[in-house]
Amino acid sequence: MTSFSAIGADREATKKEFTPGVEPQPTWCPGCGDFAVLKALKGAMPEVGRTPAEVLLVTGIGCSGKLSSYFESYGYHSIHGRALPVARAAKLANPGLEVVAAGGDGDGYGIGGNHFMHTARENHDMTYIVFNNEIFGLTKGQTSPTSPKGHKSKTQPSGSAKAPVRPLSLALASGASYIARTAATNPRQAQEILAEAVEHDGFAHIDFLTQCPTWNKDAREYVPYTDIQDDDEFEFDVTNRKEAGEAMYEAETRLYEGEVLTGRFYRDERPSYGEEKRATGEMPEDPLAGRYFEDEEWERTADTLIDRHT
Amino acid sequence: MIDSSLMWRIAGGSGDGIDSTSQNFAKALMRAGLHVFTHRHYPSRIRGGHTYVEVRAADEPVRSRGDGFNFLLALGDSFARNPNEDAYYGNERIKPLVEQLDDLNENGVIVYDSGLLDEETVAETELAERAAENNWHVYPMDLRGLARDHGREVMRNTAGVGATAALLDMDTAYFETLIREAMGGDVMEANLAVLEEAYERAAALETEHNLRVPEGDHGTEQAMMSGSNAIAYAALDSGCRFISGYPMTPWTDVFTIMSQNLPRFGGISEQVEDEIAAAALAIGASHTGVKAMSGSSGGGFALMSEPLGLAEMTETPIVLVEAMRAGPSTGLPTKTEQADLEHVLYTSQGDSCRVVIAPGNLTEAYDQTRELFRLAYDYQLPGILLYDQKLGGEMRSVSTGHFDREPAPDPGSVLTEDDLADAAHDAAGKYTRYAHDGEDGVVPRSVPGQEGGRFLATGNESMPVGHISEDPGNRKAQMDRRLSKLDAIRDELDEAGHQTRHGPDEATHGILTWGSNQDTVFEAVDRLRASGRDVHAMGVSDLMPYPERDVAGFLSGVEECLVVEMNATAQFRGLTQKELGRFGSTMSSLLKYDGETFEPGEIVEGFESTIDGDEPSGNVELQRTTGD
Repeated sequence: MTSFSAIGADREATKKEFTPGVEPQPTWCPGCGDFAVLKALKGAMPEVGRTPAEVLLVTGIGCSGKLSSYFESYGYHSIHGRALPVARAAKLANPGLEVVAAGGDGDGYGIGGNHFMHTARENHDMTYIVFNNEIFGLTKGQTSPTSPKGHKSKTQPSGSAKAPVRPLSLALASGASYIARTAATNPRQAQEILAEAVEHDGFAHIDFLTQCPTWNKDAREYVPYTDIQDDDEFEFDVTNRKEAGEAMYEAETRLYEGEVLTGRFYRDERPSYGEEKRATGEMPEDPLAGRYFEDEEWERTADTLIDRHT
Repeated sequence: MIDSSLMWRIAGGSGDGIDSTSQNFAKALMRAGLHVFTHRHYPSRIRGGHTYVEVRAADEPVRSRGDGFNFLLALGDSFARNPNEDAYYGNERIKPLVEQLDDLNENGVIVYDSGLLDEETVAETELAERAAENNWHVYPMDLRGLARDHGREVMRNTAGVGATAALLDMDTAYFETLIREAMGGDVMEANLAVLEEAYERAAALETEHNLRVPEGDHGTEQAMMSGSNAIAYAALDSGCRFISGYPMTPWTDVFTIMSQNLPRFGGISEQVEDEIAAAALAIGASHTGVKAMSGSSGGGFALMSEPLGLAEMTETPIVLVEAMRAGPSTGLPTKTEQADLEHVLYTSQGDSCRVVIAPGNLTEAYDQTRELFRLAYDYQLPGILLYDQKLGGEMRSVSTGHFDREPAPDPGSVLTEDDLADAAHDAAGKYTRYAHDGEDGVVPRSVPGQEGGRFLATGNESMPVGHISEDPGNRKAQMDRRLSKLDAIRDELDEAGHQTRHGPDEATHGILTWGSNQDTVFEAVDRLRASGRDVHAMGVSDLMPYPERDVAGFLSGVEECLVVEMNATAQFRGLTQKELGRFGSTMSSLLKYDGETFEPGEIVEGFESTIDGDEPSGNVELQRTTGD
């Protein structure tokens, strides 16, 4: 008998099961792009055969962090920038869980940038959704790491002197093995990409363009968008690192010129961190979390380590 | 009480193998039936700079490094001199000899490596005059040349041990065994030959010192290990199978021991990008059902502040160990201090809801780390083990029977899926993991992956199923529930008996201390009592929740009390005054914050000074009572 019967259960969940039965009223503003992330995630999970109790959704802080309140699964609403280290340990502790982390652009590319780089580098088998609205929304409209150069806000009254972060290129350089960009205005593509990301055996990074109608009125609504896979100008191999890098650079640059390029940018089938760590013998074959429910026999230092000190 | 014991100091260049040689020396003495204690002093450099280790050995339990030392083996510093920078380094190479002399006791013995230490420079240091004044017995020996004759200069360590054995009239059999255990082939043969020849050469010297090694018999099997070993072993025996960390001296010892052993114990160690991540990973693993820990020293622990608060708010059990070194900032990276007490008690926003325990010695480190894991996982809160460079680094002999205990892998208040079937859920099927009415404040948790256990954990204040709420009534109920755990824990800790008393039940004077000073204080109390002082002592381990009953009981019984701690602002005395609301005019403080540990003699002198009205000598600070 397993201690975690939800994991790998042979049962088809419906989209509705991922909606909390007693749904808290979302605090997102009307027209907010965050609704699209929620909807796409609810659609993607049944599509790939996951049920609510086998999913752990770890979020950061900000409007995006509320995702775990409106999505029915195990949830961990952590602190600003730290969703990734919480999430990746959960995956190591119980690899059977479907682990998804989510946060905003300030959360992932600003305060949590170091964790983003290292989690991508380690290639944990998990999905990371970054709600990118080029602004700090919940704190009422400060310039964020993805705000365009010259962006004026209460904290940059003369306009930002900084060039924005290039999230896709950053993910590629860091070692993410699945990298995509989608937009709230393109729900079909968003759900497809989320489903692919969840299925991908490695660190999947999705830069999800989520318009903020309240604090970033100047920004585009991310329409019209172009699916880069359908654009004749961009014929590139998503498994080719160099070509992917060039496509990302273009997409990142053109976003600030009014052209929204979305789609799959990179895919690499290298082994996930869990596989690598098991191969070195530094991670048990069976889920560590199960031991606490199943094992009767535990090692004792008295039998194994004290002798070397005598 | 120890009247005489061997206090052997080996000094040389950092990177010269001082550490391993001293460990072998101590282990040989332990196997010969003696109790041993080591004190390590080293600079924050890989090579260059001087290091020494002291080994104190006696036929009864040794509780501190003692006062000064009585045998110096000075190997010289083979890494000190950069030939291009003579002017700057000067006689750096002989410093391992001359730097030690201020602490060498009268009638002490000196063996120095005349093959490496420049005899002419040594002659200029007035060694001969000082030796005559203090009745030191100086035996220059060409240890380097002797080692070179057998193939490798580095074996002058072994030569030094051989010489020591001869001068102390010890059998070399235990040293030989250790060499055979640690080495093989030609290296082993060469070392054995060096040991024997050095012994013979030293035995042939004309000597007039009286220092000898006592004979001892333990009666039970002994092990020699450091405080860091004891902490790590307690974690393993508590079923901890996950550690995440980032290197920082001196916490790195525990991290290393865990990382080396976790794979064979079926666990996972993660070295991560920073201490924020380290604490957050431990939280993630624990939330998922694994007993997890992290740790750091002061600077790294500062980065853990926010995740620490997250663990308090989400009621995720974790154990953090904090190995103090001298601050502020980078401070003295390899030196000891107890100045992170307030940092550890209060860091992170909001009211603290954590357990903090500071063990007094090696055996307490093992026992109390186990207790800390139990409390953290039973009560779902962070447990912090507060220790320091002194306790982490010093090695002691201890009965192996102390570790002969059953493992305690129980994950605490966690539900199984069967339990969950009968547990309370909200109308939508979410488990009420944060119900208002937990027993002793604790609501058992479910674990991700369990059917029927879904809930939301959040750093925000939340309703019983985890939804964010700013409702004042809910807020107060949740705060009160969480903080009520500390009342239950205080009751449990009162039963656990972590505060250690020494001396008679009643005395007019008291010495109060916390953490790793405990046994040094107890040694001082024995001496004070032998000289007629009516004094007893208490070593405090529990810091949060504060052990009101034990400390108030102790302070009520004495007229005056000296509080001994290694920091400059008397943090523990301040805490005691704050928690008890009285005894301000009873307590004076003896403080040390120069990076070195207290010697028992300093505590004896500090105590006498409070009575005589004198100022103590040396690098200690006496702060007399300021009144209530």
